Amino acid sequence: MAEFQPTILAFCCNWCSYAGADLAGVSRLQMPSNVHVIRVMCSASVKPEYVMKAVSQGVDGVLVLGCHIGDCHYMTGNHRTAKRIPLVKKLIDDMGIDEKRVRLDWVSAAEGEKFQKVITEFVKEIEGLGPNPLRGVRF
Amino acid sequence: MPRVGVFICHCGHNIASVVDVEKVAAYAKTLPDVVVAEHNLYSCSEEGLGSIKKSIEENKLDRVVVAACTPRTHEPLFRKICEQAGVNKYLFEFVNIREHVSWIHAKEPASATEKAKSLVAMGVAKAALLEPQQETESSVIPRAVVIGGGLAGLAAASSLVAQDIETELIERQSELGGILRNVAIIGPEFEDSKKLLDSYTKRLTTSPKAHIHLDSRVTAVKGFVGSFEVTVSEKGVAKKIPAGAIIVATGARELVPMEYGFGNLPGVITQLELEKMLAKGQIPKRAVFIQCVGSRQPGREYCSRICCNVSLKNAMRILSADPTASVSILHRDIMSYGTASERLYRQASEKGVKFMRYGLESPAKVSKKDDHLMVDVYDETLDESIGLETDLVVLATPMTSQEDATEVGKLLKVPLDKNGFFLEAHVKLRPVEFATDGVFVCGSARWPSSAREVICQGLAAAAKAAIPIRRGKVVIEAITASSDPERCAACGNCVAACPYEAIEITTIDGKRVAKVNETQCKGCGTCVASCPNDAMQQRGFTTNQLSAMIDALIKSTVEGT
Repeated sequence: MAEFQPTILAFCCNWCSYAGADLAGVSRLQMPSNVHVIRVMCSASVKPEYVMKAVSQGVDGVLVLGCHIGDCHYMTGNHRTAKRIPLVKKLIDDMGIDEKRVRLDWVSAAEGEKFQKVITEFVKEIEGLGPNPLRGVRF
Repeated sequence: MPRVGVFICHCGHNIASVVDVEKVAAYAKTLPDVVVAEHNLYSCSEEGLGSIKKSIEENKLDRVVVAACTPRTHEPLFRKICEQAGVNKYLFEFVNIREHVSWIHAKEPASATEKAKSLVAMGVAKAALLEPQQETESSVIPRAVVIGGGLAGLAAASSLVAQDIETELIERQSELGGILRNVAIIGPEFEDSKKLLDSYTKRLTTSPKAHIHLDSRVTAVKGFVGSFEVTVSEKGVAKKIPAGAIIVATGARELVPMEYGFGNLPGVITQLELEKMLAKGQIPKRAVFIQCVGSRQPGREYCSRICCNVSLKNAMRILSADPTASVSILHRDIMSYGTASERLYRQASEKGVKFMRYGLESPAKVSKKDDHLMVDVYDETLDESIGLETDLVVLATPMTSQEDATEVGKLLKVPLDKNGFFLEAHVKLRPVEFATDGVFVCGSARWPSSAREVICQGLAAAAKAAIPIRRGKVVIEAITASSDPERCAACGNCVAACPYEAIEITTIDGKRVAKVNETQCKGCGTCVASCPNDAMQQRGFTTNQLSAMIDALIKSTVEGT
């Protein structure tokens, strides 16, 4: 069997974390290639359903990245994210899936290095957890 | 059926040296709804754009996907070409395979190519579900606010006023001029700073369009491009100023050093203190400048750019006033960029300024000896230790960000870089602009800059701020939310979630539903995630579109393995 290559989805808000990801690119910061970014305007627009859908269909890990608290382009959008994603983690856990497969973090437009760190750590963590048990399961 | 065209960019070697662009294009052709998939050397070049346009027309495309760099810089360009080819610009989808792929997976071409394929599949899946959108316009308050009355703010405000734009200049001190008030002569051409500041100040004080607020601070900022509301506390009294654009010109400050006995040894001073001495005609007989004090070292890695030129200027001022004076400059690298400064460096050598290079690991030692100071330094070029007797030790410390830069950044929702300076949208493609529309930056708030650079940036920021104001209107991106009355149960979750109070529960055709006020909606999508019934949708980020992206990712990775 080939070495486990996790599939990871990341939601990045347009103003901070997507810009941070861009900065990581401009700075040529190298990181694992497992993470696929979906750009959203605000981390608060990430529906719990997206995370649940991804996890229940076999995606190995989901990242939700937003602006630091206080820096949200939409004033208090990320306050919602900060409340919502821990609940999603709980739901995942209730499903019997390790809640560590979902991670919320804050990456500013200036934090290319933090983006690299979050991606690298998360990929490592998911590699440690192994494939999502729901991979290939049809409902 | 949608007709999707996919255009993969080589970006010269930037993408193509890592990602197998042809393979990605061939893969894209196999995706549902894709009619054509091409690759271009530089999609953003005239030739690249021309070929995209031609392909849209020839293949009757109604959806366009470009896989290239980042939408944050290039989306407007590709949207424009779609429009020119008769495709609504909201039927365009951007896939980032440079910043998010080739540049960060430079040593893994195979997996980078696989990732690029997945991202293209996700982009195509979303594109197929995109819908044409109509943009709305909103009017612009014909007034600009300039925060900071130093040289940058003065240059910006003067330019705005000259363009007949009402300008409010907010200065926290009781006088205009900023840090330059402590600098009498500006290098490298030895200009009189007072003359410069006076001419700007006069232009503003005599203009009916300029409104100067001294002893004032910005305490709150609301709104968006075209209609900001800036709350200013002027001498303790709060005032609300409506404005169409805002320029940040808050400057920087001199780092107060901790090294070389500063504060304990008399005669050890900073560059600004020397400026004050020289302005009073106090010329030292012997002076030693130490460069890079507190910069280009762990903890503060950056080069403050202007300190070498300032030391060269002041060394020359000392020698011009007293040709018998002895001046040494201890440096780690002399950074006299620009022709005039390079000339100054040469002149300083010719006039007898002694340049000695020291290393980060072996900083000079400053001590008191009798009635003078002693500087011991290891000169790397001569490979020997040298003792210099001197009357004055001038520490060239870097410019650092303002104490309240973080606070100002939070008020305006604009980012700072890791050194605390304001981070513009893109150094080359969008200088002096923030990613946030209608907010601009200039001067040393952005990065330590010389007086000339500061003026250039001030003028540039004013020119950019004038664009929406002169046009009188701004286009609102069509990414606002709307509620489907069929699905809406009027639960009010969205009303509570909206940070802009843009949603209300109202009655339409006898049914209670949520309704979004489009001019108030800023397109964050917070309401979408709070809707339990999928009634609330954000244009360009609908639940169908994002779910399709997730499906495409799963199909191309999880199910593909």
